Amino acid sequence: MALTEKDVRYVAELAHLELTADEVTEFLPQLDAILEYIQKLNELDTTQVEPMAQVTYPAAENPALRSDRPQPTFQQDEALMNAPEQGAGYFRVPRVIERE
Amino acid sequence: MDSKIAMDLTALTIDQIRDLLASRKATALELTEAHFARIEQKDKDVRAYLSLCSERAREQARNIDRKVAAGEPLGLLAGVPVAVKDVILARGTRATCASRILENYVAPYDATAVRRLEEAGAIILGKTNCDEFAMGSSTENSGFYPTHNPNDLTRVPGGSSGGSAAAVAANLAIVSLGSDTGGSIRQPAALCGIAGMMGTYGRVSRFGLVAFASSLDHIGPFGRSVRDVARVLQVIAGRDPKDSTSADIPVPDYVQALDAGAPGLKVGVPSEYFKGLNPETGDNIQKGIDLFGKLGCSVVPISLPHTDYAIACYYIICTAEASSNLARYDGVRYGFRSPEHDDLRDMYKKTRDRGFGPEVKRRIMLGTHVLSSGYYDAYYLKAQKVRTLITRDFLEAFDDVDVIVTPTSPLPAFKIGEKVDDPLQMYLADIYTVTASLAGIPGISVPCGRTKCEPHLPVGMQLLAKHFDEARLLQVAQAFEKAGGFEVA
Repeated sequence: MALTEKDVRYVAELAHLELTADEVTEFLPQLDAILEYIQKLNELDTTQVEPMAQVTYPAAENPALRSDRPQPTFQQDEALMNAPEQGAGYFRVPRVIERE
Repeated sequence: MDSKIAMDLTALTIDQIRDLLASRKATALELTEAHFARIEQKDKDVRAYLSLCSERAREQARNIDRKVAAGEPLGLLAGVPVAVKDVILARGTRATCASRILENYVAPYDATAVRRLEEAGAIILGKTNCDEFAMGSSTENSGFYPTHNPNDLTRVPGGSSGGSAAAVAANLAIVSLGSDTGGSIRQPAALCGIAGMMGTYGRVSRFGLVAFASSLDHIGPFGRSVRDVARVLQVIAGRDPKDSTSADIPVPDYVQALDAGAPGLKVGVPSEYFKGLNPETGDNIQKGIDLFGKLGCSVVPISLPHTDYAIACYYIICTAEASSNLARYDGVRYGFRSPEHDDLRDMYKKTRDRGFGPEVKRRIMLGTHVLSSGYYDAYYLKAQKVRTLITRDFLEAFDDVDVIVTPTSPLPAFKIGEKVDDPLQMYLADIYTVTASLAGIPGISVPCGRTKCEPHLPVGMQLLAKHFDEARLLQVAQAFEKAGGFEVA
């Protein structure tokens, strides 16, 4: 096994996931098996191959660009309608700045 | 009146609905109520739906009936009851993505595909179950409950769009919308015994589709006939200013293209797709391929040499993109927030751990790992290069053949619970569908008979064509259906 419990905890930290001890134990062999399987790609020599950065299509020159005109968008109440906690027109979060 | 009582309003085609409305033999409201009655009766066993939008459906039905009464022109899908996968937004209705983290999320706007369906007169019945955030191949990863295959309730309907496939297969909707990232429309269509299509990447707007893997995600239709699939694709395809990846390429008349038959076309059969195949599935597919010979096609063996690398390539790219897309679920702007937490960072971590199910966490973990410092080149960049090779295989093949024929899935519907403990085995079930997703080419799965042994499960055949050649794909699929391909034995 190449992956360690420490690796799993490190990645969970990067991904903002608080894994339980049981989850770490469960994921470790599963992730290890998948990572071992995907090593298969190393059988291929890709030194001369360009990465496929975009699934492109033959279209207009700048298909992603549109004219920059103001358009109707969400009203404040619509933007807040699914907020778990809100107040005074804002999303509320736990305090991030400590007071002296 | 007698003929109306004898007629099953849930077992119709889109063309039959159009004729019934035009001849005033049924109303849109009757069609809608017939579906809700059947859902009430059957869906406690199938569990295809997560929520129903009965008010919205009845209002739309009454609108259609008013238009019929006034003699106004009707849309292409007038009065057609439709089911929509719960990863696609419909304003004012819940869109949970079958995840606890979005359990109470109400969509503030319509997906473009939903808007286009309703503008064409379709009636949205409800939202269907799926694997959480479309991650899975069996619909067992739903955060709420699994969906059962209408052909055998002890088996999975496939996934991730299992609810949308099961709804159409069980006559709980005439057609439905699903999403396909690595096979999530084609595979459940195969396992449920119906048709399901993924257009070219960019053919259908994804505005309002909750993002999983943005370079792979598609919206597409399910139907019980190729013609119904073509009719839905016709309505949802085309450029949308709200999705910069939607293609600015005219949408041809798919329905008109349907009846050209298939004589003289060249059908390629890639040898790589017949290794490790369930023998019964293989028998059916072979009979389906023989049928193309009888239709006047020339059937030629071809090779897509990088097929064997597709699963590894796909699971690097899709998890990397998923880990990035799912970073937005942080308990701040919408969705679940863990009530206990020490500070902001702790709130994120507890929210995400409690809100996401195991497969979603696994994929976020994998994706975060392959993108993390020191691993990016070895995994992600490597996979993007292999993706080029897989795409090149297809482009070279299509220099010579018009369509490619393969099995959709290496095996028919498996038992609920059979594969849940081994994620890698579950991933390998996507082997024949992820290739087209990586290349961005269109694909359709059509029924290709049933297995010989009890319980005679449906087998699906996959047809692939070059970019933006959906019309050709539908034409060949229609010729196959017309020649009895759906029931080959």
